Amino acid sequence: MGSIYLTNKKNVWCPGCGNFAILNALIKALERLNLKPESVVLVSGIGCHGRINQYVNVNSIHVIHGRVLPVATGIKISNNRLTVIGHAGDGDAYAIGLGHLPHAARRNVDLTYIIHNNMIFGLTTGQVTPTTPKGMRTRSTPYGNIENPLNPLLLALVSGATFVARGFAGDIKHLIYLFEEGIKHKGFAFIDVLQPCVTFYNTYSYFRERVYRLEETDYDYTSFKKAIAKATEWGERIPIGIFYKIRRETFEEQLFQLKDKPLVQQEIRINLEKVYKILS
Amino acid sequence: MIVKNRRVTFLIGGEAGDGIFASGNILSKTFMHGGLHVFSTNEYISIIRGGHQWYSITVSESPVFSNRYKIDFLIALNREVPIIHIDRLEKKTSFIIIDERDKSERIVDFNIISLPMYDILKKRNAKKVMRNSIALGALVGLVKYDISILERVYMNTYSEDIAEKNISLAKMGYNYVLEKYPHYLKKIFFSSNISRSQRIFCTGNEAIAIGAIASGLKFYAAYPMTPASSILHFLALLQKDLNIVVIQPESELAAINMIIGAAFAGVRSMTATSGGGFSLMTEALGFAAMAEIPVVIVVVQRPGPSTGMPTYTSQGDLRFVLHASQGEFPRIVLAPGDPYEAFEIAYYSFNLAWKYQLPVIILSDKFLAESGWSCDKFIPPFPIEEGKIIRDVYNGREKYKRYKITEDGVSPFAIPGVQNAIVKANSNEHDEEGSPTYDPALVNSMVDKRFKKQELLKREMLRYKTIKYYGDEYPEKIIVSWGSLKGPILEAINILGKNKKIGFLQVIWMEPFPRDLVKNILSKVGENDIMIIENNRTGLLNSLLNEYLHLDVKKKFLKYDGRPPYPYEIIKFLEG
Repeated sequence: MGSIYLTNKKNVWCPGCGNFAILNALIKALERLNLKPESVVLVSGIGCHGRINQYVNVNSIHVIHGRVLPVATGIKISNNRLTVIGHAGDGDAYAIGLGHLPHAARRNVDLTYIIHNNMIFGLTTGQVTPTTPKGMRTRSTPYGNIENPLNPLLLALVSGATFVARGFAGDIKHLIYLFEEGIKHKGFAFIDVLQPCVTFYNTYSYFRERVYRLEETDYDYTSFKKAIAKATEWGERIPIGIFYKIRRETFEEQLFQLKDKPLVQQEIRINLEKVYKILS
Repeated sequence: MIVKNRRVTFLIGGEAGDGIFASGNILSKTFMHGGLHVFSTNEYISIIRGGHQWYSITVSESPVFSNRYKIDFLIALNREVPIIHIDRLEKKTSFIIIDERDKSERIVDFNIISLPMYDILKKRNAKKVMRNSIALGALVGLVKYDISILERVYMNTYSEDIAEKNISLAKMGYNYVLEKYPHYLKKIFFSSNISRSQRIFCTGNEAIAIGAIASGLKFYAAYPMTPASSILHFLALLQKDLNIVVIQPESELAAINMIIGAAFAGVRSMTATSGGGFSLMTEALGFAAMAEIPVVIVVVQRPGPSTGMPTYTSQGDLRFVLHASQGEFPRIVLAPGDPYEAFEIAYYSFNLAWKYQLPVIILSDKFLAESGWSCDKFIPPFPIEEGKIIRDVYNGREKYKRYKITEDGVSPFAIPGVQNAIVKANSNEHDEEGSPTYDPALVNSMVDKRFKKQELLKREMLRYKTIKYYGDEYPEKIIVSWGSLKGPILEAINILGKNKKIGFLQVIWMEPFPRDLVKNILSKVGENDIMIIENNRTGLLNSLLNEYLHLDVKKKFLKYDGRPPYPYEIIKFLEG
């Protein structure tokens, strides 16, 4: 494709994997936003999606399972001039690392958090996740999943996320729009992407038959009440698009320490006399 | 006339919520500002109201390193306090300051200074917690100390109106004693020549925080956990003056991963916790090692396993921090024994972490963390060092590679945002560019690259005091110990005097272990004349001696009840 945002690494995802759409949409969004590769940091978790950092020619860090958000938060606080984008799987984001989600949302750190939600553990060869539908047989639920799936959008909303969206890997054009809007958004942008896993849970046709774009309706994403109602819509019709978007002061904007310049650019000026005053 | 090594111990006892620690702090500073040496420590249980807790202050004209068992002056804030400590009081010589109503028959053999504290409070319309101030005033009067120093400390500590209220109560206690107990008044301190302005009253935790600040700490993230929390409180208070970011995230998992993110982006970062929190951090410890991200982690030990005894002390986590996290990787583990060492180690641990791009663990314990010393102001021993960091522009001819294999194993460390460099870090085993690799030769060279740092550290170690030796040059016996037990051991050796020919070896660097230096010192005596003292059940430092020197020390004093040993217990062990 020849984008400056693409590396020459050989891609090892399964042919037809939903991750390709997410990768391509991200590249397009970066192109449209015209961000310098040196100014972007991509933080990815553990799972098939985690490889994405190898394919995007920006700074990146591939972290341990579930810890995308705290690492991304640390980077953003260190250097708030960087554009920080987190990628996580549904195992990362909703199972082992779920504890970080409400806090990142209420903190409103200026991050974009993209969840590759394939509703299955792919890389570990097909076990149940918190978004696997009830009744589904997986390698770890051979007699059917007896747990109710989680509603990630509802959780993000009640936690105080200021940008909540859902995309579908089968609608790349729409995904580019969501990523672009999410990255532009000042604050915590949460984007759950329905991502078919061609090997363990192929949902392409299931979602294709059901998804519709909120942007093609008269839906108003500034209403929290409507967003809550919309987030519970799941069945014959499944909405994709921006569910909620408001502007709220970000975490970094409230840090007086960052008023003049990013933390990383501040010279080390040590005045221990102020410290000693307390102890004398 | 200064009696050398003379120590006087004061103890304030009462319930949680009685303001014991605040008054202990005030009294400690009052003695310090009079030119005296002070060591203070406390014992409390993990509750907010009720229970028994105490704060003890040992004061001397010469440097003092530990608390004493014997109590010379007891401020008892309720009836039970003297009974609880009765074994530590000496009939005829110990004094008890107590409210009139709390006197009981069981304490008639001691010198009782009873005051109508509650009546005074009522008269002054003061809160119950302020009776401490009456007692402090009474104590200052009793030992014929300068009340104006106490006044000054109140003024330095509180807002003007609160300070004035406390001062007026203290004066009432002071005058009451002068009037009612003239026969008990006795000047007990003769101030030494210590410069007053250059001194601070500092805990181990505060010393670590100051060391980190002096070394350029800019980001601190920690989840509250006793006994590490006071680092969080201290830095949070100072963040405005020093322009550092201090945050309390949702868990220790978040805390360590945040500092990894911050350090990856170029900012000196630290976290602190106790064993339980460190258990949660262990996976990320390996992540920092694999991704070669410099982090400093403070582990303040308390007794385990599990919740254990949150507010007590222990040295039970030495093996844990040495081995924590899966896989093999180089790390540095440093164990300070007093505030000076805590400052210095915190200071240079950042240099080590950044120069060698690896995790450094500072292993402290509750006894060091929450005890207070009168200290000279700390001065950084050498400049800040960053090693191979690239902060602005990458000028290399070839494409930037985060994990470039270099001769010494340390790669140029560009941070995100640097021009002409795309930085790719990875928790997977990786190639030079940071892409996952499974290639056997490449894997070997990457593992070797990380372990090459151990060779560098062998040289680097020579710059620091990795061990310290005290006492007789030609000893008959050598005590080996580490961490905060340094204090009680030095006190014990002092009390025994020079003719006992006892040496004390303090091991400070636990990893890399200063094997040759330890061996050299221990060769001064026969194996049977080596003794180990530790605050744990199994002798963890002894297990390192076993590992590195094939030495299994037979004479061990192991204390694992959550309390540090008193000097008298160490003397008993040495003589037994």
